[in-house]
Amino acid sequence: MTDALPTSEGFVPPSRFAVPGRIAVSNRAAATWQRATVLEIRAETPAVSTFRLKVPEWQGHLPGQHLMLRLTAEDGYVAQRHYSIASAPDGSGEIELTLDHVPGGEVSGHLHTVARVGDTVEVRGPLSGFFAWPGDRPALLLGAGSGVVPLMSMVRHHRAAGLDLPLRLVVSARTRQDLIYAAEYAEETTAVLTRTEGRLNAAHLAPFLGADGQPEGGWEAYVCGSNGFAEHASRLLVAGGQPVDRIRIERFG
Amino acid sequence: MSRYTDFAPTRGFTGRARAADRDPRLPPGQYDARDGWPVLSAEVTPQLTAADWTFRVDGLVTTPHTWTWDEAHALPASEYRGDIHCVTSWSKFGVRFGGVSLDAFLAAAGPLPGATHVVAYSHTGYTTNLPLADVTGGKAWIVWEYEEGPLPAEHGGPARLIVPHLYFWKSAKWVAGLRLLDHDEPGFWEQNGYHHRGDPWAEERYSGD
Repeated sequence: MTDALPTSEGFVPPSRFAVPGRIAVSNRAAATWQRATVLEIRAETPAVSTFRLKVPEWQGHLPGQHLMLRLTAEDGYVAQRHYSIASAPDGSGEIELTLDHVPGGEVSGHLHTVARVGDTVEVRGPLSGFFAWPGDRPALLLGAGSGVVPLMSMVRHHRAAGLDLPLRLVVSARTRQDLIYAAEYAEETTAVLTRTEGRLNAAHLAPFLGADGQPEGGWEAYVCGSNGFAEHASRLLVAGGQPVDRIRIERFG
Repeated sequence: MSRYTDFAPTRGFTGRARAADRDPRLPPGQYDARDGWPVLSAEVTPQLTAADWTFRVDGLVTTPHTWTWDEAHALPASEYRGDIHCVTSWSKFGVRFGGVSLDAFLAAAGPLPGATHVVAYSHTGYTTNLPLADVTGGKAWIVWEYEEGPLPAEHGGPARLIVPHLYFWKSAKWVAGLRLLDHDEPGFWEQNGYHHRGDPWAEERYSGD
């Protein structure tokens, strides 16, 4: 043996890129399916709606977490998908999901075209501690399309909890009409409308990066959207000086 | 399997694919991604060239060893043709990956009798844990080809691990090495709530499944 044996602290790979999880996840909540009742359905844009669910046994979540939603047919056939939680944690036993109507989508198609108030679905979660934002560090949020959903949970939490640490949201959408939650944005948000002003670029991020734009201790960056957006936005962040080990990415595959 | 006690059909849901004509290659709870190949990395895609890439096997082995790109390519070529399954519920059928069987690397390093588990780690710092038995005996590969071309960077190129009989988060992208241990040690997603083993046919998705 030429190598030291692994220590009790565990193996740490020789890399500066490693990004740790933010929170421990409840095994019980992650493993248990719960019945949820649709309380409200409201349109956000022509292709996107928010579904408010009553989940009586919901243990709470942190902004950025997601859940798995399951639909079951009469003959036992099931379909399940991951969705980000849009609402802030508020202890109400109610949560909101905001879903794109994916053309031909088996689950989103059902929810958008068949589901109505009073229906039940099943959920398990919250899941994953990686993209969670406990509200403990300045956050720079970059989202596109429905990638803004988990980021909006963070913005809503920031407001509801009266946090005063810095939080900025840069949200990209094709047009104003496609901008989810448009009426809720305030001065923390920069909206980039790509049809008129083009793709998100370095100039959009410049005010937040570099010596002048950084809060004390720097940003924790959260990027969410399609893989194309995630690749592009994360490269802009790195080029602007954001450390790679302070970038968390959630890609909608 | 997940614990649930009552069967709760969703009003009006029939499903796009009927249970009766469900493809037998599809594990429970999965759907066929067809031509798509979603990317689900949690980290920034590294700009890693073949010349920068190395692969190391160490820990409980007789001969820790690091291979360069050219040295790894000098090992006997091997390929995987078959299906892959992601915990986020997509599966992809009949893909081809070309590279070298992990057995070839392990044979050179010589696992010690006490080795029971491995931590696979990436050039990004990503980690995932696996029982040694799940990566030996022709069940795992280091690959640099997808179909007939080079493995794309966003899918782990220049080279990744593939362990196709487990959920794909076990198949570490941008793989940098394997450390053999005498105990199980949760990796990145396992610390974030995912199952330690990840068998798609047993639906081992989350810790507690």
